[in-house]
Amino acid sequence: MKIFALITHKDGVADDSALELAAAASALFPGSAPIALLTGSGSTLESACKDVAASYGEVWKFDAEALAYPNAELTRPLLLKALPAGSVVLMAHTTFGMDLGPGLSVKLGAAYVPDVVGAEGLEGTSLKVVRSEFSGQVSAHVHADVAAGAVVTVRSGAFRPDESRDKAGQVVDRSADAAGLASRRRFRSVVQAEAGDIDITREDVLVSVGRGIGEQENLELVKDLAEAMGAAVACSRPIVDAKWLEKPRQVGTSGQTVKPKVYLALGISGSFQHLGGLKGNPFIVAVNTNPKAPIFQVASVGIVADLLELVPALTEKINKAK
Amino acid sequence: MEILVCVKRVPDSAENEISVGSDGTDIQRDDLTYGVNEWDNYAVEEAIQITERLGGNVTVVSVGDGDTEEVVRREMAMGAGQGLLLTDPAFEGSDGLGLARILQAAVKKGAYDLVLTGAQADDGAAQVGGMLAALLDWPYASLVNKIEVQEGSLVIGREIEGGAQEFSDIETPCVLSIQTGINEPRYVGLRGIRKVASVEIPVLTASALGLDPATVGAQGAKVRRIDYFVPPAGAGADMLKGSTADLAQQLFELLKAKGGLK
Repeated sequence: MKIFALITHKDGVADDSALELAAAASALFPGSAPIALLTGSGSTLESACKDVAASYGEVWKFDAEALAYPNAELTRPLLLKALPAGSVVLMAHTTFGMDLGPGLSVKLGAAYVPDVVGAEGLEGTSLKVVRSEFSGQVSAHVHADVAAGAVVTVRSGAFRPDESRDKAGQVVDRSADAAGLASRRRFRSVVQAEAGDIDITREDVLVSVGRGIGEQENLELVKDLAEAMGAAVACSRPIVDAKWLEKPRQVGTSGQTVKPKVYLALGISGSFQHLGGLKGNPFIVAVNTNPKAPIFQVASVGIVADLLELVPALTEKINKAK
Repeated sequence: MEILVCVKRVPDSAENEISVGSDGTDIQRDDLTYGVNEWDNYAVEEAIQITERLGGNVTVVSVGDGDTEEVVRREMAMGAGQGLLLTDPAFEGSDGLGLARILQAAVKKGAYDLVLTGAQADDGAAQVGGMLAALLDWPYASLVNKIEVQEGSLVIGREIEGGAQEFSDIETPCVLSIQTGINEPRYVGLRGIRKVASVEIPVLTASALGLDPATVGAQGAKVRRIDYFVPPAGAGADMLKGSTADLAQQLFELLKAKGGLK
């Protein structure tokens, strides 16, 4: 069984997932020698391939003008052409992986094993993995029949990256397979998130609010607390979806990556997408009514309480002490 | 524009604490409240807004049983003209691909220009839309948070990392998975639900859909969930206890000590 890792890259440097996928390949398929797959165009692809060759024994390079911007609708037919039957393809569970993976598994006739967070071994052709469901409230053991191959997406941070970089792998130019690719979805442009009045990535103390706040009017309690603390207000995705706060205040993989010293998470369950935007090992205080909320697994201090009572009490305490 | 929206009935995880059932094979389902998958609600709203602007019809489809009909009807009450329920004992235990096959058969029964799904549901797999597109051999885009309809194609925005938006042209017919925040789903009151209470929702079985039962359900599944378990606890938080006043006092002191107060 041939194991491949599809590596994304930017400005000539491989994404962090390159090293995590190498580690995931070893954990999921012990003893495997995964081959890295890189698509792109020109010099940035060239240097990304060199970068990855330190961590993989073999690198397949697919260079084509059409692949300059990663388009899953082009990558899918490319891989279908380039990969031998029964291949296993690992990729990061990112917005690109989600775009590419499900359809690729169908076209390859392979099992689709999404968002894997742990490995439990391979028994014959039965791949045993751990997944996380219901926003991280419960985990599940999942078995996949990989006799005809598999497409596996791996959650960021789930596998400790293999940093050894001792491979000196060979780069094989497979660009011939990338000739004449066409798709019915054509890339136009990327529009970066507009900067707001506030840059939460620069703040030391964040008071962050989630769905648990219940009603829009309750946000005032949170703003009052943040003002008393001298902190900035941040939030999780549902608050932005509801248009209660603006997008630049959202923490998470689809929002901002923040590095505060203190993070007060109010009514935030702690999905992995949210935690993905929280870096620098802050002191996290979590307040939630659900004692099973995953945020309590990562918080330094947790409180199971009603925000509407605790938040004003804390604000009052701080203001009185001034 | 003829639009099919695929929806799923799920336990409302914002309202419920999800825990593992006694034998581990399922979550504890007693006393759970169910509803439509949050992402799907945005997909239905988007479909309705498109047909309100440009004409056409919205059909809401779901794979499930009698309980699922309630969810289909609730989504119809938002303004979808038709509902469709895909029900058969042979569908039980389907993996993502099995569900995509069932939905593919339903898509082929109609003449749709556009099929929408939610970007993901309770299992976080985010897979059915992409599989359905591949089975149909239609173009696909995931995590769509903007749709602009043009002649024979759409301009779509996808949500990518860091809050950026990736724009593309995509030909129709196509399948799109919809991200939350694309719109503000309308409120459905009792009156709205009453209005569609007597609308007949056709039920299609495996044979009506022309499906080989061996390709769906537990029989056709390559991917099986063996059990649920409680995620291994990390170090975990130091849990504070006490009255509201006690908690406020403790928090105040902690925040002061950690530099959380300015």
